[in-house]
Amino acid sequence: MNKIVLMAALSAALVGGASAALAGSPDKGKQTFMQKGCWQCHGLEGQGGSAGPRLANTQLPEEALIAFVHQTNGAMPPFSTKLVSDAELSDVYAYLQSRPKPADPKTIPLLSP
Amino acid sequence: MTEPMDKAGTDRRRFLKGAAVAGVAPALAVAGASQAQAQAAAPRHMPSALPPTAHTIAAEVGEPAELNRIGGKPGSDFMVDVIKTLDIKYTPSNCASSFRALHESLINYGENKAPEYLSCMHEESGVGMAHGYFKITGKPLMTMVHGTVGLQHATMGIYNAFCDRVPVIIIGGNDMDAASRPPGVPTFHSALDINVIVRDYTKWDDTPTSLQAFAQSMVRGYKIAMTPPYGPVAISLDAGLQQEPIGAHGSGLYIPKFNMPSPPAGEMGAVKDAARLLVAAENPVIVADRAARTPKGVGLLVELAELLQCPVVDQANRMNFPNTHYLSRPAGVISTADVILGLELSDFWGTVNAYTDNGEHGIGFNSTKIKPNVKLISINSVELLTKSNYQDFQRFQTVDISMPADAEATLPALIEAVKAALDGDRRRAIEGRIEKAKKGYADIRAREQAAAAVAWDASPISTARLCMELYGQIKDLDWSLVASEGNVSNWPNRLWKMEKHHHWLGRSGGYGVGYGAPASVGAALANRDLGRFSVAIQSDGDLMFAPGVLWTAAKHKIPLLSVMHNNRAWHQEVMHVQRMASFRNRPSNYGNDDGPIGTMIQNPDIEYHKLAQSMGWWAKGPIKDPAELGPALKEAIAVVKSGQPALLNVWTQPR
Repeated sequence: MNKIVLMAALSAALVGGASAALAGSPDKGKQTFMQKGCWQCHGLEGQGGSAGPRLANTQLPEEALIAFVHQTNGAMPPFSTKLVSDAELSDVYAYLQSRPKPADPKTIPLLSP
Repeated sequence: MTEPMDKAGTDRRRFLKGAAVAGVAPALAVAGASQAQAQAAAPRHMPSALPPTAHTIAAEVGEPAELNRIGGKPGSDFMVDVIKTLDIKYTPSNCASSFRALHESLINYGENKAPEYLSCMHEESGVGMAHGYFKITGKPLMTMVHGTVGLQHATMGIYNAFCDRVPVIIIGGNDMDAASRPPGVPTFHSALDINVIVRDYTKWDDTPTSLQAFAQSMVRGYKIAMTPPYGPVAISLDAGLQQEPIGAHGSGLYIPKFNMPSPPAGEMGAVKDAARLLVAAENPVIVADRAARTPKGVGLLVELAELLQCPVVDQANRMNFPNTHYLSRPAGVISTADVILGLELSDFWGTVNAYTDNGEHGIGFNSTKIKPNVKLISINSVELLTKSNYQDFQRFQTVDISMPADAEATLPALIEAVKAALDGDRRRAIEGRIEKAKKGYADIRAREQAAAAVAWDASPISTARLCMELYGQIKDLDWSLVASEGNVSNWPNRLWKMEKHHHWLGRSGGYGVGYGAPASVGAALANRDLGRFSVAIQSDGDLMFAPGVLWTAAKHKIPLLSVMHNNRAWHQEVMHVQRMASFRNRPSNYGNDDGPIGTMIQNPDIEYHKLAQSMGWWAKGPIKDPAELGPALKEAIAVVKSGQPALLNVWTQPR
């Protein structure tokens, strides 16, 4: 059941696209990202790793990310609105979108040994 | 109340006949010093007929009487004779009274060579060093432990070795005779059966009660440990057996010859069935975990993969398959498979199924990773050694062809069977896979490089940056990544060019934390003797279980570059506690830290560089700015090349 709900939420969010984005604060978002433990799996910069996917500069619409956090039944545990509000997640989204774009790996000699 | 010591000793050991003849055994037990002096002056009991002179006795025994109070060659000298036949190069151990006689014989009678005694601060370190050493050399070490408390210290390391299929010879001292052993501490440190605490995770154990039994036990134990599946063995050594002279048993003693056993190979009928399935498959996939027991196994696996032009997933408990090969693939490729060949998989169920820790009531749920009707083939020697208590055998997975056999020993026959099953049409069809496979490989490499570029300049330093800065400076050396504990998102396996067996040694086996530091020192010891450069990615939590092994590395001049993945937490547990709090819909209590109480290693931060310096290492840190990492690595590498260990304390991202 949870999977169906989640898929519906994500689909609706994807159809809505970024136009429905809320205006979050990157600074507040960084605080929430730290305080709620998001960094523990996704990295302090949202770069991702073996424990969680990359979130920095995510292509996921904001509403989809919010729906996912509240309802996921995948590898990540859900965080209810009691634990993290939609407004706080909007700030987190803004923080993730504010991360510097990564360089082309071809311009980093250590990545082309 | 005291009893005559000669009675207890003679009855107990049965070795004192010779000693009594030589006139060196104490006549009586004593309660106090004055009594001891009086009895020391009392006449010795001598045979009634034709007593030899003291001089004659001494000459016959072959030891100068003034230098040898026990009256002959000690039992532990004979033990050293036995051990030397097995060509065991080192014995990393923490000293203890229960094996003092063997210790003395090793360093004096044995001249501290083969084995050479290496001083350890903790029994877990000794076992861990032996664990790492074997993965480089393919030869086991012997570690001696105090039979009770020392063996208790050693247990986690032994469990890791058992799960990682690594042979270690554990010698546990134990003073078994309650009537004669010293009271107090030595009796606290004695037990009826010391091996019972490791019996569930050793291949075999023994308590020999005579020197001849020891000789057989040692050679048998070595043989069992070195027969795949490899594993640790434990031999309990009575203190009396070590200490007392060979005596009347000397003339008949012999040392059995050790011959290396051949590993068990798969039955040919099953091998041919497997070959037919693989050749007929459209999308076969090979998954290897501990398949390459030796460097030869890597070449065999490449040959099989190229014959079939099929992807290979390396689960990385050994360096099984070069990650530079175009058939190397991440685990996700098994979703495309119609036939899967699993080689020495520690968890076949977990290979083809998923467990998601996020079910309705906080209980995980299962799902499959593969298509219906996929044919599964298993070659796994561990099926020949399944015990009941510890659950390292994992969940049961039904397979279509099961070969309880050593994978590396079976590969030559499987390769020949595949060649025999390939006709012209299948050969052409299989060769048609090559271009697609090469393109797929290039795409994956590009994605990995792009992922590594994210947060490249972050502080604390990203794990990708940590690993690639390090690789950039060692890639032209004959390098060996001897341990990478903690989790750096597998960047070395994803982006370093791993082609040789010694480039990657795998993980701990039982996931007992504290393996990385001692195993890296043990492997570095082996690499030192081979002229190879050793590097470890050392996590903070792992190091703090038994950091004394740093001192062992410095004392014995073992060159090792240890680069800290210092994320200041036990991050696996951070996420577990966070997950529980989320399931229960309540915020997690961080106290004054950055994560749940009890999971962080901060406030205060540990200065690992100072810890290492205090034990004789060159060390530097904390390094938080990625721009400082390259120059620091250059300095550290120069130190290691000079023959010394060096540590860099690097502050890193969590994963």
